[in-house]
Order: sequence, then structure tokens, then C-alpha cells
Amino acid sequence: MELVDVWFVLIAVLWTGYLCLEGFDFGVGMLLPAVARDEHDRQVALGTIGPVWDGNEVWLLVAGGATFAAFPEWYASLFSGFYLAFLLLLVALILRGIALEYRSKEPRWAPVLDRILTGSSLVAALLVGVALSNIVHGVPLDADHEFTGTLLTLLNPYALLGGVTLVLVFALHGAAFLALKTDGPVRERSAAVAVTAGLLAVPAGGVFLVWTLLDGAPLWALAPVAVAALGLVLATVLVARGREGWSFTATTVAIVAVAVTLFGSLYPDVLPSTIDPAHSLTVVNAASTPYTLTIMTWVAGIFTPIVIGYQAWTFWVFRRRLTRQDYGAPAEVAGGVS
Amino acid sequence: MNLDLARWQFAVTTVYHFLFVPLTIGLSVLVASMQTVWVATGDDRWLRMTKFWGKLFLINFAMGVVTGIVQEFQFGMNWSDYSRFVGDVFGAPLAVEGLLAFFLESTFLGLWIFGWDRLSKRVHLACIWLAAIGTILSAYFILAANSWMQHPVGYAVNRATGRAELNDFGALLTNSTAVAAFGHTITACFVTAGMFLVAISAWNLARSRYPEVFRPSIRLGLWTVLVASLGVVLTGDIQARLMTQQQPMKMAAAEALWDTVAPASFSIFTIGTPDGTQELWSLRVPRLLSFLATGTWDGRVEGINQLQAQAVAAFGPGLYTPDIAMTYWMFRLMIGFGLLAALVSVIGLWLTRRRAGRFPAWFGTVALLGLVTPFAANSAGWIFTEMGRQPWVVFGVLQTADGVSPSVGWASVLTSLIVFTLLYGVLAVVEVVLLIRAVKAGPPPPGGATAGEPASVADPVPSY
Ligand code: HDD
Ligand code: HEM
Ligand code: HEM
Repeated sequence: MELVDVWFVLIAVLWTGYLCLEGFDFGVGMLLPAVARDEHDRQVALGTIGPVWDGNEVWLLVAGGATFAAFPEWYASLFSGFYLAFLLLLVALILRGIALEYRSKEPRWAPVLDRILTGSSLVAALLVGVALSNIVHGVPLDADHEFTGTLLTLLNPYALLGGVTLVLVFALHGAAFLALKTDGPVRERSAAVAVTAGLLAVPAGGVFLVWTLLDGAPLWALAPVAVAALGLVLATVLVARGREGWSFTATTVAIVAVAVTLFGSLYPDVLPSTIDPAHSLTVVNAASTPYTLTIMTWVAGIFTPIVIGYQAWTFWVFRRRLTRQDYGAPAEVAGGVS
Repeated sequence: MNLDLARWQFAVTTVYHFLFVPLTIGLSVLVASMQTVWVATGDDRWLRMTKFWGKLFLINFAMGVVTGIVQEFQFGMNWSDYSRFVGDVFGAPLAVEGLLAFFLESTFLGLWIFGWDRLSKRVHLACIWLAAIGTILSAYFILAANSWMQHPVGYAVNRATGRAELNDFGALLTNSTAVAAFGHTITACFVTAGMFLVAISAWNLARSRYPEVFRPSIRLGLWTVLVASLGVVLTGDIQARLMTQQQPMKMAAAEALWDTVAPASFSIFTIGTPDGTQELWSLRVPRLLSFLATGTWDGRVEGINQLQAQAVAAFGPGLYTPDIAMTYWMFRLMIGFGLLAALVSVIGLWLTRRRAGRFPAWFGTVALLGLVTPFAANSAGWIFTEMGRQPWVVFGVLQTADGVSPSVGWASVLTSLIVFTLLYGVLAVVEVVLLIRAVKAGPPPPGGATAGEPASVADPVPSY
């Protein structure tokens, strides 16, 4: 494998990490009104992501930084091309971070901040889905690798379906996570919501993945597509049966399989041109020099495992289920769920 | 048009980001130190300090994070040709910053906020220190990237692809400019955080609120400002000399020195037109500029006219001078505001030299006003650094005008400029209101902040 291929895989890994991790905290944000009825519930629900959401988001920042370092042409064409979409995504991420961090600092603002959190989580998930679908499908790039479309070019049916699919998959993923990490009424409601989300995510995801296959994915992509579909179905069934840990594992596997499908269909391009394949950005013509890639490989090879190690430890430290009693609610209100 | 809008946008978002950054860097270390004292001595006052200042730190940190996200992506959005040209060199430190620093600070801060009752005292203390180390690492890598734009090293321009290519990563990381800028910026961060402690403690002491918490806080803050101010001056002196060698035009512009002289005097204040040749009145210190620029009292300092002629000879016709008035005044504002901060700390140390005795109310007001000084000095320093480099974005290699995104229309850039400016304006109000309320709420009561209870920083119940 050439260094450029290694870096393509590494960037796919960073995106996969991002989707698996921030996926559930986007889901929790979106579902807050559905799973929480009062302030104690909301504290329980948000307490599950409080310690980890910022660390999750850094996966996106590093995916961006690594793209800049390893494939500068990709970084340049992508971010200038998807300008307004990224502007919207940035605004959503800013509002989301503020809503998450400030609701506990000023309880009187919490109702407004919670609505902002729900809206921005939804919009951000949608936009990430739209952006990824467009990367895979391709966009009008001219001979200088400059994007020649408009915002509307990006809002094509395939990309919109990709966005909606990601929203639904994240809702399922987040609901399974909540059911796994909480106890009491939030756990019950999350399990119920997860089933609904699963029933919607399976058909949407199915159509999206088949479309991706027809859109020129390699034949082997059938395998990850099958795994993704199976994962979504199993996750729904398992959460309905109270097997929350396995359900969350299944949504995680499904998300990994979706990422493998998408990046597998993309390779060896990194941003295909819909005008002329000769204008496409590929792992070769978008890449940095072997010198830079070699250095980056050493750094990533040493530090990525360390990061994964301490992030995993964080999840271990906060492994206990959260309940209303943790937030000062009287025991009887919490109900007798075990 | 696009160029101007893109520059405005970069300036607005970056200067705004850098309002929060220095406070985060300085305060993370100071809060970690407070907690260390508590762990070592068991003195309840230091736990209360940790929680009080920790809460303010977190309010500020959140703003640093959300404004930082924009920074990571706007090179590609507004400066795509710049990104194409420098990506091979400049992308590496940026990616390394994310991998080494951002993961560290975000993960361990999460553990610190929510881990009071889940981790042993020592492991919990280690978390805040790791987060603090993360902020400092982050500063190093981003400054290495920025310093490469000021003084490009360890690269060659590939004629075939027309791009800059890295050939010595070690040289990029040990760039003399980066080392100097790191020292200067980090010490400036401590001036900022120290002044934050001083201003808020003085306001409380002037009202006789919680003296047992705010007396140790103000002493810590005052000494931090004084020592860090000294560091800022010493490192600034090193930077000025490097700058004279590496970007002589910036030094000439900083002084509005039109013609080469030896020895050169330093003008503290000029009335008239610093951008024109008309000088009506100025206050000058003989030979000081020679010393600043070269380290000798009679060194030769080159003037704008001569440097412009040299640049034309080297790079072809064009205007190679930055905005002289901006550069001149920003340099003075940086130093001036910095000296004011140091002055406040000296007065404060004098006033608090004895344990007993009443705290003068007027110093509460002075210190609160003084809080503006480090923020103003930081912003002025960056505007000076960045504008003094113009018209280059990578000094001597790529002009700013050639870096802007060709495919992004002016309407898009204008939209994002307006969106960010408005959004940041609202967020500034939100942050200030939160800080004021947290200050008014005061530190947690004595003994009430025992570490064992399930409390995040200063919240009666865990956050969220
Ligand atoms: C001298 C220090 C310094 C400078 C010049 C900059 N930053 Fe910064 N940045 C920090 C020091 C810092 C920090 C102290 O590490 C922050 C501030 C608050 C925080 O959370 O971390 C941060 C946060 C921060 C974040 C969010 C990290 C997170 O989610 O935890 C990003 C993506 C960036 N920055 C990116 C940038 C870029 C691309 C810059 C260049 C234009 C930049 N910063 C200038
Ligand atoms: C956080 C501290 C920083 C501040 C306050 C700052 C400030 C500024 C300002 C005011 C400008 C506009 C200059 C002009 O239009 O004349 C600018 C431009 C720019 N700066 Fe910085 N800067 C900072 C850090 C950085 C860093 C760390 C980098 C790179 C890693 C960087 C890269 C650039 C680029 C690419 C431009 C656009 C081109 C230009 O207008 O010069 N800046 N910056
Ligand atoms: C006598 C005092 C000072 C001197 C001689 C001095 C010198 C300098 C010089 C020469 C630069 C430009 C470096 C370059 O463009 O290559 C600079 C930048 C800067 N200064 Fe100062 N400075 C002083 C005080 C301060 C103070 C008090 C602060 C803040 C509290 C400050 C904050 C900054 C910042 C944030 C920058 C931009 C980042 C950098 O390039 O390091 N400076 N200073």
C-alpha cells in the first residue's frame, strides 16, 4: 500500500470515529424533548454526554486538519466549494457547544438552550450527511479543481436522502446509547424512541445504500451494505428486547459499515468531478509529498492509539448508569425500573 | 473586494478567538496550581478558589472551543489557493495540534469537570494538569504554523507543481521565530490570566466579600502579572531583534522610519501624520530603536524607502509596505497597554503588602479597568504581527492577494462575515453576563465544597 492510500484509510478512520462518537451525542441532543419530561430527566439525559461530547467533536477537527496536511487540494476544494453549507454547519456546531456548556451555568436560560441544542444537533447531523454524500457522489469540479456549482447543487436528492438517513441513524444510535447509560423513565422512553427511530432508519438507510451501490460503488461494497442493514435491523430488535448494550454495539457496527461503504465507493477519488472524470481529485493528485506523509504517518501511528486509549478510559470512568436520584430527585418519582 | 472581505473575516474571527485563548491558557495553569495547593495542604480555602476560578475558566473555555472550530476550517473556505500552496508544509503542524493537543485538553477537561467524585484526588488533579499541558501544546503547534508564515524555513517551492513542499519538519518546529513567539505569547497569556484574578479579586475585596478566598487570589494574580510582564518584555525584545533580521520592513513600519539611520531614536508618540512624511511633534528616546532592533546603541536601522526599493529589485514592481499607521500604532498600543498592566500589579502589590489593613475601594475600580489592558495588548500584538507582514501572507513567498479562494463569490464571503460578526457579538454578551453572574454568586461556602459530593465545579448538582 502506498502512503497516499494509508492516508486515505486514516482519514476514513477519523471520519468513522467521528460518526460513531459524535453520532450518539447528536442523537441525544435531537431526542432531548422526546426522552425527557422535566429538568431532572434532562439532566440525566445530558449527563450521559457531558463529559465526552467535546472529545468526540475533536475527531472532526482532526479529520479536517489531517485532510489539510495529507490532501491539501481536497481540503481546499471541499471547504471552498461547500462554502455556505459549511458556514451553516459551523454555526450549528457553535450554537450546540454553547447550549451544552452553558445550560448548567445559568439554569434560567436552560429552556432556550435546550431548544437550540435540539435544533442544532439535527441541522448539524443533516449537514454532515449531505456533505459526505456529495463527496461520494461527486460535484462539478473544473480543470483547476474549483467547484463550479451553487448551494443548490449540493442539495440534490441523493445528498438529501443521505442527510436524512444520517439523522435517523444518529437518532437510533443516540437512543440506544441513552437506554444503555441511564435508568428510570429516561431509559424507558429512550428504548421506545429507539424502536421508532429504527423503523424509520432501516428503510431510509436501505434506499440510500442501494442508491450508493447503483451510483458506482465497487462490487465488494455489497458486504458492508449488508452488514449495515443487518446492524440497523438488529439494533432495533435488540433494544425492543431490552438488550441495550448489544443494540448500541449493533448501531456502532452499522455506522462503521456505512462509512466503509461510502469511503470504499469514493476510493481512489477523494472528490470526483461530475463534469469530467479527468477533473476529479484523487488520492494521487490531491496528496502532499511523501516526506510530509511519512512524518504524519509516524505522528498518527504513535498518537492515535494513545488517544483511543485515554478516550476509552473516559468511557470506563463514566460507565455507571445515571438516574434521577443522582440529580437530587426524590427516589419515588424515579419509578421502579431496574 | 473578495480579498478585503476575506481579510476582514479572518481578522474578526481570529482576534475574537484570541480573546479567549490567552485566558484559557493562563487560567488552566493557575487553577491547576490552586488545586495542587489544596491537594498538598488540605486547606479548604484553596479548594474554594479552585472551584470559583474553575467555573469562570470553564465559561471562558467553552467560547475558546466554539470559536476555534471556525479557525480550523476557514483556511479552506476563504483561502483555498493559500491552502493549496502551503498545505504540504502548513497542514502538518495543524493536524499535529489536533492530535496531540485538542484531544488531550477536551478529554481531560471532561474528566476533570465530571470526575470530582469518580476519581481519586491525585488522578483528578492530574486531569487538570493534562488539560493545561494540552492548551500549551496547542499554542506551540499553531504558533509554529504561524511563524512559518512570518519566516518560512524547512521547505522548497516545487516549480513543477507551484507549491511549497516541506523538507525539514524539525526546522519548522524549531524555527527561531516560533520559539520566540511561543515565549512571548505564553507570557502574555499569564499577564492576561493574572490580571483576571487581580481584577475580580479586587472588586470583591473592595466590597469586603470573601476576603479569605480573594486575598490569596489577588496575591497570586499580582505576582503572576508582575513576573509575566517581565517575561513579555524580555521575549518581546528577542522578537524585535529577530524581526529586524527576518522582516526588516515590519520593524521600519513599526517605527514609521522612512529612511535608514544609525543610530536610530525611538518615537514614543507622534503627532502629525505617521503615515506621511509630515511630522509635527514627537517624543523621542535617542538610540532606543537601535537598541531594540539590533541590541547595540548605535546599530543601523533600515528605512521604508530603502526596503521598498530592495523589494522591487527582488520581487518585481509592486508596493511592499504594510499599512504604516496601523503598524506604528498597534506596536505602541501593545507595549503601552502591557506597561499599564504591570503598573497595576505594582500598585496592587504595594497595597496588599501587609496582611491586615483595609483594602482601598478605589483600587477595585482601577483593577477592573485594568482588566481591559492585557486583552487590548494581545489584540494589538496580533494585528501588528499580521498586518505588518502585508502584502505577504507567507513572507517573501506568497502574497495575500494570491491566497484567496477564487471560486467563492463575494456575496458568500459577505454573508459569512455578517453571520460570524453578529453571532460573535451575541455570544460576547452571553459570556460577559455569565461571568458577571458567576462572580456575584461568589465562591462555594467553607466546607461546603468537599470533594466527595457529586458536584461539578461549583454546581450544587452535576452539570446538565
Ligand atoms: C497561542 C495560542 C493559540 C492560537 C494562536 C490559536 N489558538 Fe486555537 N486554541 C488555543 C490556542 C490557540 C487553545 C488555548 O488551545 C484553545 C482555546 C480554548 C480552547 O478550548 O483551546 C483553542 C481552541 C481551538 C479549537 C477548538 C479545540 C477543541 O475543540 O478543544 C480549534 C479547532 C482551534 N483552536 C484552532 C485554531 C486555529 C486554526 C488557529 C489559527 C488561526 C488558532 N486556533 C489560533
Ligand atoms: C490568534 C492569534 C491571531 C491573530 C489575532 C491574528 C490576526 C490576524 C489579522 C488581524 C489578520 C488580518 C491582517 C490584515 O488583513 O492585514 C490576519 C490575517 C491572517 N492570519 Fe493571522 N492572526 C492570528 C493567528 C494566526 C495564525 C496562528 C495563523 C496561521 C496558523 C494565521 C494566519 C493568517 C492568515 C492566513 C491570514 C490571512 C491573510 C492576511 O490577511 O494576512 N493567523 N491574522
Ligand atoms: C516592551 C514590551 C513588548 C515588546 C518589545 C514586544 C514586541 C513584540 C514584537 C516585536 C512582536 C511581533 C513579532 C513578529 O511579528 O514577528 C510582538 C507580537 C505580539 N505581542 Fe508583544 N511586545 C511587548 C509587549 C507585549 C505585551 C505586554 C503583550 C500582551 C500582554 C504582547 C502581546 C503580543 C502578542 C499576542 C503578539 C502576537 C504574537 C507573536 O508574534 O508573538 N506584547 N510583540
